[in-house]
Amino acid sequence: MKFNGTNSYIATEDLKVAVNAAITLERPLLVKGEPGTGKTELAKQIASKLNLEILEWNIKSTTRAHQGLYEYDAVSRLRDSQLGDEKVKEIRNYIKKGTIWSAFASKNKVVLLIDEIDKADIEFPNDLLHELDKMQFHVYETGETISAKHRPIVIITSNNEKELPDAFLRRCFFHYIRFPDKETLSEIIKVHFPDIKKNLLQTALENFFNVREVPGLKKKPSTSEILDWIKLLLAEDISSEDLRQNPKNMLPKLHGALLKNEQDVQLFEKLAFLARNQ
Amino acid sequence: MFTRFFQDLRNYGIPVSLLEFLSFLTCLQKGLAEFEVDKFYFLAKTNFVKHEKYLDMFDQVFSKNFNGIEDLDLNLLVSEIDLPKQWLEKLAEKILSKEEMEEVRATGSFDKLMETLKQRLQEQKDRHQGGSKWIGTAGTSPFGAYGYNPEGIRIGQANSRHQKAIKVWDKRLFKNLDENSEIGSRSMKIALKRLRKWARDGVDEELDLDDTISTTARTGFLNIKTRPERQNSVKVLLFFDVGGSMDTYIAQVEELFSATRSAFKHLEYYYFHNCLYEGVWKNNLRRWEEKDNTVDVINKYNKDYKCIFVGDAAMSPYEIEMIGGANEHYNPESGRIWLERAKIQWPNHLWINPTPKEYWQYTQSTVMIQDIFDNRMVPLTLHGLEDGMKMLT
Repeated sequence: MKFNGTNSYIATEDLKVAVNAAITLERPLLVKGEPGTGKTELAKQIASKLNLEILEWNIKSTTRAHQGLYEYDAVSRLRDSQLGDEKVKEIRNYIKKGTIWSAFASKNKVVLLIDEIDKADIEFPNDLLHELDKMQFHVYETGETISAKHRPIVIITSNNEKELPDAFLRRCFFHYIRFPDKETLSEIIKVHFPDIKKNLLQTALENFFNVREVPGLKKKPSTSEILDWIKLLLAEDISSEDLRQNPKNMLPKLHGALLKNEQDVQLFEKLAFLARNQ
Repeated sequence: MFTRFFQDLRNYGIPVSLLEFLSFLTCLQKGLAEFEVDKFYFLAKTNFVKHEKYLDMFDQVFSKNFNGIEDLDLNLLVSEIDLPKQWLEKLAEKILSKEEMEEVRATGSFDKLMETLKQRLQEQKDRHQGGSKWIGTAGTSPFGAYGYNPEGIRIGQANSRHQKAIKVWDKRLFKNLDENSEIGSRSMKIALKRLRKWARDGVDEELDLDDTISTTARTGFLNIKTRPERQNSVKVLLFFDVGGSMDTYIAQVEELFSATRSAFKHLEYYYFHNCLYEGVWKNNLRRWEEKDNTVDVINKYNKDYKCIFVGDAAMSPYEIEMIGGANEHYNPESGRIWLERAKIQWPNHLWINPTPKEYWQYTQSTVMIQDIFDNRMVPLTLHGLEDGMKMLT
């Protein structure tokens, strides 16, 4: 099993090495990077490339570790006991499998995506240490031990909101997705928009990197933003000349796709105002 | 293998353990590096670096350890060192074309293989004579720049390598992520966790099993009771000393601040300078225009709040004891009085001092404040924080 990037996802050499190391040694891969650089997409692409099913577990601030394993629904059992349902005798009927359980129990190898692990409580990764290391866990209610039939390919993404514990990191491979350079970015765009004209691409990229380089931006536009923006440009049939029209006007056309923050737009308007006055 | 590299990583402060090292060796054993220097580098990176702030340091250590690895003369290597046969065959497969391999295989002789390989390596070497072989790295590496042969042993590879004029690890792409200030913020949060007091507050969302059972038993039909979820209800009021002698500790204090901020739901903070007087402020830039009266602060936040002062407590004793002793303005009441008032208002109080504990006894004002606070002063270390949290609970 080997991952080499896909037709719609450009993976850099170092990313491929990291992914393949994680696949070969069957250890989790922790992916970090600016928002919008394709962390979550990576797991999906690995799954599609290797023809595996993908199981997603999206972490929220209220997510607890055991929810990924299983949940025991005491309320339904209580209700059923009132109604005299036969189901009530078997505790198994009230245990709901979590995403990790499903991944472990799956007949085939799967890709398990644990998305935005840093959103959860600070102890969350520690609670999953053993489960992800040994790929097994114990169900107290029934007394059985669930262990993975095929160790899933685990991809964990983090946005750096919280530091992760060392013991957890030690068990993972790590990759930091750097914001792509111009060549990689134009390759990525070509993958998504194969018919884009060369000079439009060139101008758009120039505009985009200019926007990114403006100091003091709250949210720098990233890969997903430029893809949206170019989609818009193509939909509106804007040519590279239109884009280049006014060098003094700092804000590129249809900037709404690039700048998602009011203050950022204001910053640009201010800069444009200064530029005009010069 | 590579133990020196491993040691170096540790020496330069990258937290790597035996676990990572063994996993790295396993990766190599499984052939993930594929006899390519770049892949070797990427593999080492994904194994040893677990936080982007270490990436830059890693690049430097790697460069130091494997300086010149690409310039190794394979010819020499092949003839001088007794390499395992499989390794050489793999290498040959990479360098010789399919037809050549077939030919060699047909003769079935290992010597023949070696000979062809050597010959080819020699040709490669000749071919690279001349041309811009050496590209300076323009001082990006602290260990001295060196040359790089863009083709190296990679001849016969399909994809072009044009974008790799300098070694990736010498570009030090991750330089601006190397910030030491964030280290330890996690452990601080863990220490602050001690200060959790769970209380049920808010919307009834959780099933209250005990109550459900007892009401069900009492009424004779199922009567489900819910209750609010537990939340950390500890309230914290922070006073930060800013300016002057505190400038040295800004980084440390910022870290503490960011750690407390995410740990407590009810957190209020104010700034003061050296000692608490009649005014405190929330915005350091506008400290003269937007001052809050300390009396109001004392009246606003009740006894439930745990009050933490953060400061080095280093000032002239007059600033604590005397009316008009403050060094920035005229204070109608002495600092001691204000500190006593705060102490009475918030029985759970603590002074966190970023200076090391050993030095406290040499500063008169520190000893005085320690006195006023009944020895409830701790250093800004993990240990100190833990002790302090114990005092507050």
